[in-house]
Amino acid sequence: MQGRFVRLAETGRAQVTIHVDGAPVTALEGDTLMVAILASGRHLRRSEFGDGPRAGFCLMGACQDCWVWTEAGDRLRACTTQPAEGMRISTSQPGATWASLT
Amino acid sequence: MGQPDVIIIGAGPAGVRAAEALVGAGLRPTIIDEGRRAGGQIYRRQPENFRRPYGELYGTEAGRAKALHDGFDALAGRVDYRPETLVWNIADRHVWTAAGGRQQALPFDALLLCTGATDRLMPVKGWDLAGTYSLGGAQVALKAQACAIGRRVAFVGTGPLLYLVAAQYVKAGAGVAAVLDTSPFAARVAALPKLLAQPGVLRDGVALTLALKRAGVALHAGVEPLEVLGDADAGVTGLRFRDGRGRERAIGADAVALGYHLRPETQLADLARCAFAFEPKTRQWLPERDGDGRSSVPGVYLAGDGARILGARSAEATGRLAALAVLADLGLPVDAGELADLRRQVAGYARFAEGLAEAFPWPAAQAGKLPDETVLCRCENVTAGDLRRTVREAGAKEANRAKAFSRVGMGRCQGRYCGQAAAEVVAAEAGVPVEQVGRLRGQAPVKPLPIAIEEDAP
Amino acid sequence: MSGHQPPSDVLVIGGGLMGTSAALFLRQRGVSVTLLESDLVGRQASGTNFGNVRRQGRPIGQLPLANRAIEIWRNANALLGSDVEYLQSGHIRVCYRERPEMADKMEAYAAEARHAGLELELLSGNALRARFPFLGPEVMAGSYSALDGHANPRLVAPAFARAAIRAGAVVHENTKVTAAAKVGDDFEVATADGRTFRATVLLVTAGAWGPLLSAQFGEPVPLVARGPNMSVTEPVPYAIAPAVGVMTPVEEETVYFRQVARGNIVLGGSTRGPAYPDLVRSYVLPQNTLSQLRQLRRLAPALGKLNIIRVWSGIEGYLPDSLPVMGPSARVSGLYYAFGFSGSGFQIGPGVGATMAELIATGSTAIPIDAYRVDRFPAAA
Repeated sequence: MQGRFVRLAETGRAQVTIHVDGAPVTALEGDTLMVAILASGRHLRRSEFGDGPRAGFCLMGACQDCWVWTEAGDRLRACTTQPAEGMRISTSQPGATWASLT
Repeated sequence: MGQPDVIIIGAGPAGVRAAEALVGAGLRPTIIDEGRRAGGQIYRRQPENFRRPYGELYGTEAGRAKALHDGFDALAGRVDYRPETLVWNIADRHVWTAAGGRQQALPFDALLLCTGATDRLMPVKGWDLAGTYSLGGAQVALKAQACAIGRRVAFVGTGPLLYLVAAQYVKAGAGVAAVLDTSPFAARVAALPKLLAQPGVLRDGVALTLALKRAGVALHAGVEPLEVLGDADAGVTGLRFRDGRGRERAIGADAVALGYHLRPETQLADLARCAFAFEPKTRQWLPERDGDGRSSVPGVYLAGDGARILGARSAEATGRLAALAVLADLGLPVDAGELADLRRQVAGYARFAEGLAEAFPWPAAQAGKLPDETVLCRCENVTAGDLRRTVREAGAKEANRAKAFSRVGMGRCQGRYCGQAAAEVVAAEAGVPVEQVGRLRGQAPVKPLPIAIEEDAP
Repeated sequence: MSGHQPPSDVLVIGGGLMGTSAALFLRQRGVSVTLLESDLVGRQASGTNFGNVRRQGRPIGQLPLANRAIEIWRNANALLGSDVEYLQSGHIRVCYRERPEMADKMEAYAAEARHAGLELELLSGNALRARFPFLGPEVMAGSYSALDGHANPRLVAPAFARAAIRAGAVVHENTKVTAAAKVGDDFEVATADGRTFRATVLLVTAGAWGPLLSAQFGEPVPLVARGPNMSVTEPVPYAIAPAVGVMTPVEEETVYFRQVARGNIVLGGSTRGPAYPDLVRSYVLPQNTLSQLRQLRRLAPALGKLNIIRVWSGIEGYLPDSLPVMGPSARVSGLYYAFGFSGSGFQIGPGVGATMAELIATGSTAIPIDAYRVDRFPAAA
């Protein structure tokens, strides 16, 4: 499937490999995590309230729509985070294993 | 007594020019900025390893962008520059910052808020589908990342930025589906006398329109956006709108760039306890300031688009002007001739901005027409119908009350993108003027603050 | 907008949870009611508090009032015709290893509370962490109340006001009282917009502004206004049913949290902030936000992965013994008070309204309220 974003220039940069939902994704040095994911993917996360996938909105750190998770469960704002080699990202919210109440 | 502590928040045109003036007077200001690199949004810098030249990035504004960046670089070593730093609260003459997961409070004698602006948004049904971006966001994608937000992008909204970004997309080789402007063409003609306050800018604007036409991009004025088409899996697939002649039409697109001019980022002015006033021309609440940028709170100054949307050129002037006000209030000498010249410049920019507000008016009436099922608050998934119900059934006719009952504006973005439209929805439903609905109060921490934030030992 | 307004049996001053619920229950008893609110109903202490619908931890003598309230909470949605997000999902109070004496106090409290109709389950060590795995290693013991819970404070007082209006009460918002006096057999109340209201009974439910009115009747009350220290996180999967709080004598350590059904976790406690009733302003001090987060990490370290997206406060009235003023005036017949609930009025609120309505309509109540006498404070020097 085609990515949502289209790279128009500056494609000669060094490559960085990250993993998104377990699959390898090639990012370029200087990308934001958001661009790295959306250059080959269609969304970043799902709305908490059931109205579908989200792919970010403002790209300037104001709307907080583009949050993704590390596999360790930490949140990252994809539009202001830079991908680092070996980064492992999840586009779905980890379950609340810390609060497994009956 | 040591040097006064002067803090500037924001390293865009206003913040950089303010810093230059303060450094020129022998001070060493602190510049706090959320960005990774100085420059702000309009003159946003690309990452260090990108190679595109200034002309390609900033077009007619290349010279100004370069001058601003060079000006900032020349300040190195003479300012305390703190990039990637959030100011999350202001209290007791301190700004409270978070950077890299650590908290630090910095004292100030004078505080200059140069917080800039974000897109002003009027929701449209379907704008919560993946692939709808703010117009400013569409520009950031291109300028800072050399990307287009889609393969066929529809530009929807109003204001000069709509044409600028669409033209930049065309020039960069991106696919542009159409430019759909809600403002009628006649409004632009009527605003001409005021727009002539900046003939160069006006000429550049006309040139952009012509460039778009030459590229074969469909331009529509006086449209009413009806719906972003698509579905949850695919995201955006098109757009339905009513054209200037009242005909309903649809176009295909895989992305929408949506923006209705700008709104100032005023949360920090709120937390600094500045007074606000309603500006009828733009139907926005703005922090009160005198002609030079003094807020209602002694020691707190406002400059740039964060105070009032006058554009990047004006931000350079108001930044410097506010810095001169700081110097004067600290008892330091200020050149009266420069002061008068800057005030004159700002008056010209203000006249032009008034013309823009008339040429590209905020389509307030659209809020009342949004179908009930339209998502108004993207963070909390609150629809226009939900909000109207709280007005009708719970009597919420004030912005913060409507928020308390419906959750509109209660999410992560703190109402930045839904607050002004929500106020118009409430006003329309309650049948009261929008100024009577009031405004959402700014609340700490301005942007999300990690619970795990580390503190330095006291 | 001037001149004399139609008289009513009871005039209520203050549209918080106490005043609005009293108005509804007075109407249910056939009494005519007018309520005056200086701003919008439920905007200060009633609307900005944590939302704990908690009986445990209250003074034992207050449990009959709390039990009366819980019956109303259980039927609140039907009574009010509106969802106030009440969840009877439990409340747990814990103490730290550093303060083992709190565990003894918990045990003693549980024994006494049982006699007053509140069942508490004491848990310690592994049993506690097995049930509530999010609790940190410093937590030593806990006391669980299955039938306590929480609700959305922003919605409750306005819902009571709407129900009262449907039942025939007259509610005037944005109506600031400037003077109140007894003239002959009636009370006369003047408002800033030039109107005069009359009634045979006056009920003051004005929260932190209560002493301004009681003083006009020669009954000063040493109330101090403070602001609760509140925060909320982004939404996360719903997994924490009970409200959770720390039992400690140290204000900074008193942190508590609850998760709403939509997923956000509401945080409260640690040091309260300043509040200015005359300016209608209250502030969250940044250092108090930080101490709250610090204490939360101690109570529930796993929440450290989350972020707070908003903080808020409101104006609450605190009295020296942390008990309210509630009951008849000691000097003026027909005058009643219910204010100064000292940051713990939300759960009992509907019970306070019901009890004040009973007291006013019948002249007596079986609920013990003597501890809340307005004349219990030594005269100011």
